[in-house]
Amino acid sequence: MTDFLTKYAFLIVPIIKIAILVFIILTVDAYLTWIERKVIAHIQARWGPHRVGPHGLLQPLADGVKFIFKEDPLPSHVDKLAYFLAPFITLMLALTSLAVIPFGPQKFTVFGYETHVGIADVNISLLVLFSITALSVYGIALAGWASNSKYSLLGGLRSSAQMISYELALTLSVVGVLLIAGDFSLRSIVVQQSSGHGLLTWNIFPQIIGFLCFYIAAIAETNRVPFDLPEAESELVAGFHTEYASMKFAMFFIAEYTNMITVSCLATILFFGGWLSPFPTAWTFTHYLPSVILIPFGIWVFFDGIRYENLFGRLMLPGVGSALVVIGAALAFFPFLNDAIQGPFWFLAKVFTFLFVYIWMRGTLPRFRYDQLMSFGWKFLLPVSIANVVLTSIVILWRMH
Amino acid sequence: MSASLIIFFVLALLAIFAAVSLILQRHPIHSALSLIVVMVALAGLYLLMGAEFVAAVQIIVYGGAIMVLFVFVIMLLNAEEEERTNFSKMARFAGIPLALAIAGFIAAAIARNAGSLPAAEPSGALTSTKTLSNLLFSDFVYPFELTSFLILVAILGAIVLAQREN
Repeated sequence: MTDFLTKYAFLIVPIIKIAILVFIILTVDAYLTWIERKVIAHIQARWGPHRVGPHGLLQPLADGVKFIFKEDPLPSHVDKLAYFLAPFITLMLALTSLAVIPFGPQKFTVFGYETHVGIADVNISLLVLFSITALSVYGIALAGWASNSKYSLLGGLRSSAQMISYELALTLSVVGVLLIAGDFSLRSIVVQQSSGHGLLTWNIFPQIIGFLCFYIAAIAETNRVPFDLPEAESELVAGFHTEYASMKFAMFFIAEYTNMITVSCLATILFFGGWLSPFPTAWTFTHYLPSVILIPFGIWVFFDGIRYENLFGRLMLPGVGSALVVIGAALAFFPFLNDAIQGPFWFLAKVFTFLFVYIWMRGTLPRFRYDQLMSFGWKFLLPVSIANVVLTSIVILWRMH
Repeated sequence: MSASLIIFFVLALLAIFAAVSLILQRHPIHSALSLIVVMVALAGLYLLMGAEFVAAVQIIVYGGAIMVLFVFVIMLLNAEEEERTNFSKMARFAGIPLALAIAGFIAAAIARNAGSLPAAEPSGALTSTKTLSNLLFSDFVYPFELTSFLILVAILGAIVLAQREN
């Protein structure tokens, strides 16, 4: 048995890693919808989901059950192949793009097979991500065209045009980082930003223009507010997914949230030092920061949960609170756990900050008009990112001499 | 049989089937989708030969940019399903034998020289951005600059043609 495991470890370990990552990502996607509804509700002075479970915490579960059991009608005269293929393409490409993201610095050995935190560590990971982005236009374009509905077709055409236009700015805005790093591998881009001085050597400082261009273009690529023209409900009903219901609609939704996560990971890796801590390496006391955050938060959840309005909440919330306290204490008292958590902790903290910015923008910004969107992309974003490339090259050349 | 040989056959068969389906499909969108499958399968073959950069660029440029334009135009024109016409006599009596003859010649030529044909060297070292740009801007600078000039001319031509109507 162990012989078999060691011999085929190169196959088995990645499959296990893929299963774990897909499970985690789907759970995060589900709870991202909960966070989004809660945050937007509080921005608009409402309560948000509050019925299913304490503070609406079981709402994603209820949504999932509802998606599975809803009727899935097939509109008449659709192109069946493309209609069924479109949500699968969208979801598959969204999940594939996560395979090349490195989540932490550690290497560990399973069944005698050395592996990283992250699924594939390829030397052209940035190019792989861009090629997946290039293909993901098809899912939306096909969905819009195959549905045999004018709203879907207009939404599909709009979003394809938008994604093609902003893909250029997205790719060019990253060239500055590539010039500094001299490598396509995301792992070495992060390693190149580490110096022991904390956040001072992150790419964000020399590449602030590049970052702004990248983030704006990435929001447009993921079709989110303020660039959510493809699903502008006041003019196009629901855009390219008007004719989709049940699980096929959910697949578009999961793909959208997964793309948000990928973009946040990419922004973290390219410009904010990935898993690196913002503090200098000499400040070892910052290693206790995860515990310092988790324990008080757990205590607050515990005491807030005791006086929740129903019995289920009074049992569940204190349970979650004490679990958080236990995890925080374990991270403080076991040095190997403390070491292992540093990379993933900073990575997740940065990714969740970006995800929060996404939701924040959705709660506060109005939508672009379509011609504004196009002229902004072609006449402002593209020239600025080209200027950034030229500027970065000149500075690098000047430093070389 | 090694794993890479199995992957080669899977990708090669996928490319051939998609290419045949590209010709046989009656709807333009289905043909375009088949062509995308051909492009992606070819990218997989490049990857198998160790040409990672070429594989990624194949998907970004051909699979992404160019084919998106194809699909876009087909969707905008709202092209309908094509009707099958009768086989022309020319195709039946001259086309099919000629196609078979060419396929036979190519197969025979490859089969005869199978032992002596040099295999392409794996180009793994090319993936470093520095090596790649050094090659593009030193050894291949004239073809590179000429190609970009050609593309510029084509873009200007497209703009002139599009502007003429106004």
